[in-house]
Amino acid sequence: MPRFSSLTIKDHLRESGLINKRILISAIGTGILLLVLLARMFQLQIIDVQHYSSLSENNRVSLLPIPPTRGLIYDREGRLLAQNLPSFTLELVPEHVKNMSATLKTLQKLIRISHDELRNFHKQLRRKRRFEGVPLRFRLNDAEVARIAVNQYRLPGVEIRAQLSRHYPLGSLASHAIGYVSRINEEELRHLNASNYSATNYIGKVGVEKSYEHLLHGKVGFQRVETNAQGRVLRVLERTLPIPGKNIYLNLDARLQAIAEKGFKDNNGALVALDPNNGDVLALVSMPTFDPNLFVNGIDSKSYKALSQSPRRPLFNRALRGQYPPGSTLKPFIGLAGLELDVVKPSDTINCPGWYMLKNDDRRYRDWKKHGHGITNLRKAIVESCDVYFYGLSLALKIDRLHEYLSSFGLGKLTGIDISGELPGLMPSRAWKRRVYHQPWFPGETLITGIGQGFTLTTPLQLASITATLGDLGQRYQPQILHAIQQPGTGELSIQTAIPTGKVPIAKIEHWHTIIDIMQDVVSSLHGTARGISHHLSYRIAGKTGTAQVFGVKQDEEYVAKDVAKKLRDHALFIGFAPALKPRIAVAAIVENGGGGGSVAAPIVRKVMDYYLLKSKVNANATK
Amino acid sequence: MLQSDFAENRITSGRHLMHRLHIDLPLLIGLLILAGVGLFVLYSASGQDDSMILRQLVRLALAFFILIAVAQISPATLSFWSPWIYGVGLLLLFAVLVLGDIGKGAQRWLDIGIFRFQPSEILKLAVPMMIARFLADAQLPPNRKRLLIAAILIAIPALLVAKQPDLGTALLIGCAGVFVLFLAGLSWRFILIAIIAIAASAPFVWNLLRDYQQQRILTLLNPQNDPLGTGYHIIQSTIAIGSGGLYGKGWLNGTQSHLDFLPERNTDFIFAVFSEEFGFLGIMLLLLLYIFIISRCLVIAVQSQDTYSRLLAGSLALTFFVYLFVNIGMVSGLLPVVGVPLPLISYGGTSIVTLMAAFGILMSIQTHRKLLAG
Repeated sequence: MPRFSSLTIKDHLRESGLINKRILISAIGTGILLLVLLARMFQLQIIDVQHYSSLSENNRVSLLPIPPTRGLIYDREGRLLAQNLPSFTLELVPEHVKNMSATLKTLQKLIRISHDELRNFHKQLRRKRRFEGVPLRFRLNDAEVARIAVNQYRLPGVEIRAQLSRHYPLGSLASHAIGYVSRINEEELRHLNASNYSATNYIGKVGVEKSYEHLLHGKVGFQRVETNAQGRVLRVLERTLPIPGKNIYLNLDARLQAIAEKGFKDNNGALVALDPNNGDVLALVSMPTFDPNLFVNGIDSKSYKALSQSPRRPLFNRALRGQYPPGSTLKPFIGLAGLELDVVKPSDTINCPGWYMLKNDDRRYRDWKKHGHGITNLRKAIVESCDVYFYGLSLALKIDRLHEYLSSFGLGKLTGIDISGELPGLMPSRAWKRRVYHQPWFPGETLITGIGQGFTLTTPLQLASITATLGDLGQRYQPQILHAIQQPGTGELSIQTAIPTGKVPIAKIEHWHTIIDIMQDVVSSLHGTARGISHHLSYRIAGKTGTAQVFGVKQDEEYVAKDVAKKLRDHALFIGFAPALKPRIAVAAIVENGGGGGSVAAPIVRKVMDYYLLKSKVNANATK
Repeated sequence: MLQSDFAENRITSGRHLMHRLHIDLPLLIGLLILAGVGLFVLYSASGQDDSMILRQLVRLALAFFILIAVAQISPATLSFWSPWIYGVGLLLLFAVLVLGDIGKGAQRWLDIGIFRFQPSEILKLAVPMMIARFLADAQLPPNRKRLLIAAILIAIPALLVAKQPDLGTALLIGCAGVFVLFLAGLSWRFILIAIIAIAASAPFVWNLLRDYQQQRILTLLNPQNDPLGTGYHIIQSTIAIGSGGLYGKGWLNGTQSHLDFLPERNTDFIFAVFSEEFGFLGIMLLLLLYIFIISRCLVIAVQSQDTYSRLLAGSLALTFFVYLFVNIGMVSGLLPVVGVPLPLISYGGTSIVTLMAAFGILMSIQTHRKLLAG
């Protein structure tokens, strides 16, 4: 027994010795591994501390953009055309809303929420994060804001956020010129400077808002904020304020514009008034207009349908994009071409029997006056608008020279106005016809080109531009709607300078004076087609009426206005500048389906000129 | 004189009380300090969530109660029950496989009415107990036959747990068993052969791993491969540790963790929060605390009086170190991400109870010694 016991003790000692040796080895191993860990920590925290500190800093700090305030738009007299008003948006923050459907139901009892708005809300709700506000209603009125505010205590998570929203105080006035801003679409997003627009929801879509987007927008500001991994802002570390957009002044005169727009009554049409001395756009009318405020926060589908499907096409900018046959308004220019190119003298006469026939052709090219004008010289041909005279003259000029001369005024080319979307019109030529129709030019086409019909197309802006060029004796300017840019801070205005775009070649300046003199007779002569506007005229207008055919009258039919449906009636045109000898305003007006230019279009132009020329006189008198 | 006598008397009676309660004071103090540090770190990591601290406190109290309870059981009793505990643990493991809840995409939990628990936790203790008991029954070092049986006894639960799949726990179970083998004098030749065998079978094992497990290992090699996916944890935790620097950002001032960049910051990745806020100096102090606890455990192993106790105590001490090493290694990007908590600091239930039970066993081994001298 004791032997056994001593063996056990001996074995036990041996075993414990063995195990203790292993424990010692383990302890050493443990120590080594601990050193490895410590080395790793040393590497991370002592050697690479800079690297990880900056990573950590970048992790938590992010940049949030602050939208700049959009520049204001004024007219040339400083009247506000576009401003930024606080607008109230109803937002719901999902994480604070206890019961979404109940909250929405309560809100619907308080304010009107349309189906579209609800659908948009649910669409955005899925995309946004829990702590981000999801807009439900835009542009709450004061009563709605009050109703929400009173009930706020039982609507957790419902917030009213004020933000600046574009507003056009004059409503539909000059809407085609000013344009509007609206939500940035995906196409625009692709071409934008993404960082500068990172906080902006709106962008100029048409008109000045679009073409001067770069001035109006400003520069985005940033705040460095501390965020958590979900992007929730915890605090603001630093702020770089945005630079607001520049205020701009337009050459447009809002009063003048209003007078012109009113002049159209219920008619569709367009009017452009320019300053012949520099190309300033004084009025740019396209009727009917629309309310640009509808577009700012996203137009609802019903209103948009009403606008886009209206047969009157209110969204169509007729002044820049409406291409009309110029009709007889082209006659003074063709007459000038005849004089300058030495094809005709003012004293040359023809006999007008009321029609014209080409050799080897039995088609009769008719005059608007059935029995003709009789013996007709250039003066009579323009004042009474004799077609037969210009049939002959254009045939003598031939289409190529006609094309070249009228092109030198700018027909068939873009004027370069600082509003986008302009169309070039069309000044036909032999080469053009071959290129487009693969056909030779026929002499009959030269005839009708001579009275501004046929292929020839002009925009109201182009007509105003060539009228201004005529009034300013051949000097051409790029029409400009921008008058001045206000420097932020100082408030100083930097006035835009006129941009000359060339000069019409002048053979003899007397020819120009002759034509201008004749054009005055259009208004002042007893036989003038625009004599109706000469009543109590205290200055001299040089003008020309025109009628553009909408549909062709057959050979032996007669055009009787009252028998023709209104939309097929002729367009009425009038171009003119005043004062005739040192013009300060040149206007082109077209009244769609208006009938005669002298009776419908000319009176609008007279009103515009009266206001523009006489108000300045009143002002001048007042300063004396 | 009277006073000093009295004081001495109190100290000895204090020691005596501790001994009677089967508590090892140095170990208890070390654990309490560690648990206290853990609560501070958790308070910061949880974003000063009082209710979380309260729950953890309750859990710690329960765990310390279990520690004391386990300490009352003598090593002899433990040794006797070892095979039974092992057997029951294995059965429960099979039960989990068959009817276990599917929690977190892994079959680990067993719902037994009142509460759910992970049978794999039992095996963290049952395996070393079983192996220690099995090897202590015969002469050490063990012969080949015994070695083979022991290897199978380790492999079965380890593989079952790995299949759940819970690689972290499987690793801890395997280590606990293997440490017993190592301490029992496993010959260096075998160790070498085993290492070569493991290295050789690595490609085969690689194919056995699940996609996400493979991904974790690939991620370790290059976290930037998938910075927002599997690499996110490691990138964010190394940023947290690295940005702590020498002194740290200060308690409650860690930006990585408080701004939610750090995932699992209350549980497996809490070391990153600690490192960010307390820096390199803090880490050195924390490691010192761990070293103190591990050393004390190893001392208990060395001082123990029978082979079973010695093997078990040594294995438990080393397994505790594995927790520490794997967790810190994983958080700092040295090891692949396996779910191993930082002992006594990570927020969480069962693992803390198991750990404390292990320390209970250690205290039992220390306090049930028959005092040979004096």
